[in-house]
Amino acid sequence: MSDLNWPMTASGRGHKKISRIRPWVILAAPVAAILFQVYVPLYFPLLQYLELPLLVIVYLSISRRGPISGALIGAMIGLTQDALSHQPIGIFGMVKTVIGYASASLGVRFDTGHVAVRLALGFVMFLCHQFLYWMARRSLLGAPSGVEIPQTLLAALANALLGALLFHLLDKLRDRGE
Amino acid sequence: MGSLLNRYRNLTFLLLLLLAQLILVAYQVRTNQDIRLLRVWAVSAVTPMARLLASTSGNASGFVKDYFVLWGVRQENRRLAAELDRMKMENRYLRSELGTADRAQALSAFQARTPSRTVAARVIGAGPAIDSRVLLVDRGTASGVRPGMAVINADGIVGKVTAAYPTASLVLLVTDSGFAAGVIGAVSKAQGTLRGVSRSLCRVDYIENEEKVQVGEWFYTSGEDRLFPRGLPVGQVRSATPGKTFQEVLVAPSGLSRGLEEVLIVLEGVHQALPAAEGTVAGAPLLPPPPSDQAAPAVPQQAQGPVVPGTDADRLVDQYRKAAEAQKKPYGDNVPPAKPPAAPPATVKPPSSPPDAPPATVKPPSSTPAAPPAAVKP
Repeated sequence: MSDLNWPMTASGRGHKKISRIRPWVILAAPVAAILFQVYVPLYFPLLQYLELPLLVIVYLSISRRGPISGALIGAMIGLTQDALSHQPIGIFGMVKTVIGYASASLGVRFDTGHVAVRLALGFVMFLCHQFLYWMARRSLLGAPSGVEIPQTLLAALANALLGALLFHLLDKLRDRGE
Repeated sequence: MGSLLNRYRNLTFLLLLLLAQLILVAYQVRTNQDIRLLRVWAVSAVTPMARLLASTSGNASGFVKDYFVLWGVRQENRRLAAELDRMKMENRYLRSELGTADRAQALSAFQARTPSRTVAARVIGAGPAIDSRVLLVDRGTASGVRPGMAVINADGIVGKVTAAYPTASLVLLVTDSGFAAGVIGAVSKAQGTLRGVSRSLCRVDYIENEEKVQVGEWFYTSGEDRLFPRGLPVGQVRSATPGKTFQEVLVAPSGLSRGLEEVLIVLEGVHQALPAAEGTVAGAPLLPPPPSDQAAPAVPQQAQGPVVPGTDADRLVDQYRKAAEAQKKPYGDNVPPAKPPAAPPATVKPPSSPPDAPPATVKPPSSTPAAPPAAVKP
């Protein structure tokens, strides 16, 4: 069984639905997320708090359930974000590599098809992402960046909600089979 | 060692991946150089899609914006059209008000100059039937209106009050067949009875075929009916055709010629002189009265007395005055005291004299502030 055919237990004990992510979704979802991140906040500044690439990494990682593939996906998306930003390439890459790895590791242990788990995963992963990013910038670049905790918590909540919705939509794009 | 790496394969891969990126970052920071190649790839990959997205979004937003702009234009067009309609209606209303004000002003002026005591009334209703020729006016017994009173306006007679209520009165128009009023021709002096015929015409009955009534001649109230004061314009003759005994004279009532919104109800009528000397043909210039054939004094009579020898009676009075002067006696001292010296016959409702009575019994034309409109009308 390849990585693309890893089963996703959607519901029901003893009745497992095996579904896999379509290859074009693996390509299109990160690109769409990066485009969203690049383009949409220009017109809707409030949406800059939504970390859509992070949510896509989490989804793909928990779906693939392979820490290595999760880390690779995180690294690729993070490096692309770095390339489109003004900071040295690798900051987002390292942060999102860790996130992808961690998400994939958690996806093996939890039923990630449940909404509450997805909400919690989105919330926790966003906070981890922000913390790691803050640490990386502070330690590697020496950038004096402050942390606004209430704003970060609100953003985490918004991203968790958006993540639950996004995961549900991406579930619809799965190739389902018995 | 190999088995250890294989056991922690995932973690080893993660650490290697992080180490590689850490080295990348360290290189960039230490050399202060950028990894341009990666950025060019990323930007080249993202830019076309971003451009497509921007173009699509721009077009969509432009379309939506244009749609809303057009929608706004349509809304504004509707609003402007509604405003134009409102302005048209307002303009029409103001024109109507202006016309009403003109009519009211004319009526007010007429009311001020007419010697009769009148009360202005506004027409507030018409007859309930299609062919009814009655009006309801907003003056009633509370204003002194009584049935039978004449109703006029600045152009002529309108009708008469047939019923008076406390706050309103019913006016029978001159065009109603039940209406009747004594009239007299301004030129022919033909007297008859005015009756309504149709919505816009009246007929003058009892004018003999020998009377020379011409088309265009003005008829005035004669005062013989004791309802309408003498001298009010009635209308112009439209046609006069001889019949078996009497002519059939049709008159267009001038009082109804411009519509009816305000009228005057004659509470106390005062007879006026007929504008007979004002000419027969409408608009024709008139010559002054011809000089007397008798030996009229060369000195103007205005310097000697107030009476101007114009008529036979005046000349007779003038002869009496001269005779009194020749006898050196004061003229006019032997007036019988039983006769009321200052009785105003002109203010008496019914005329006690025939229409062609001497001017002393009728208010002289010069005393009236203005002649009736018939004298001015062409």
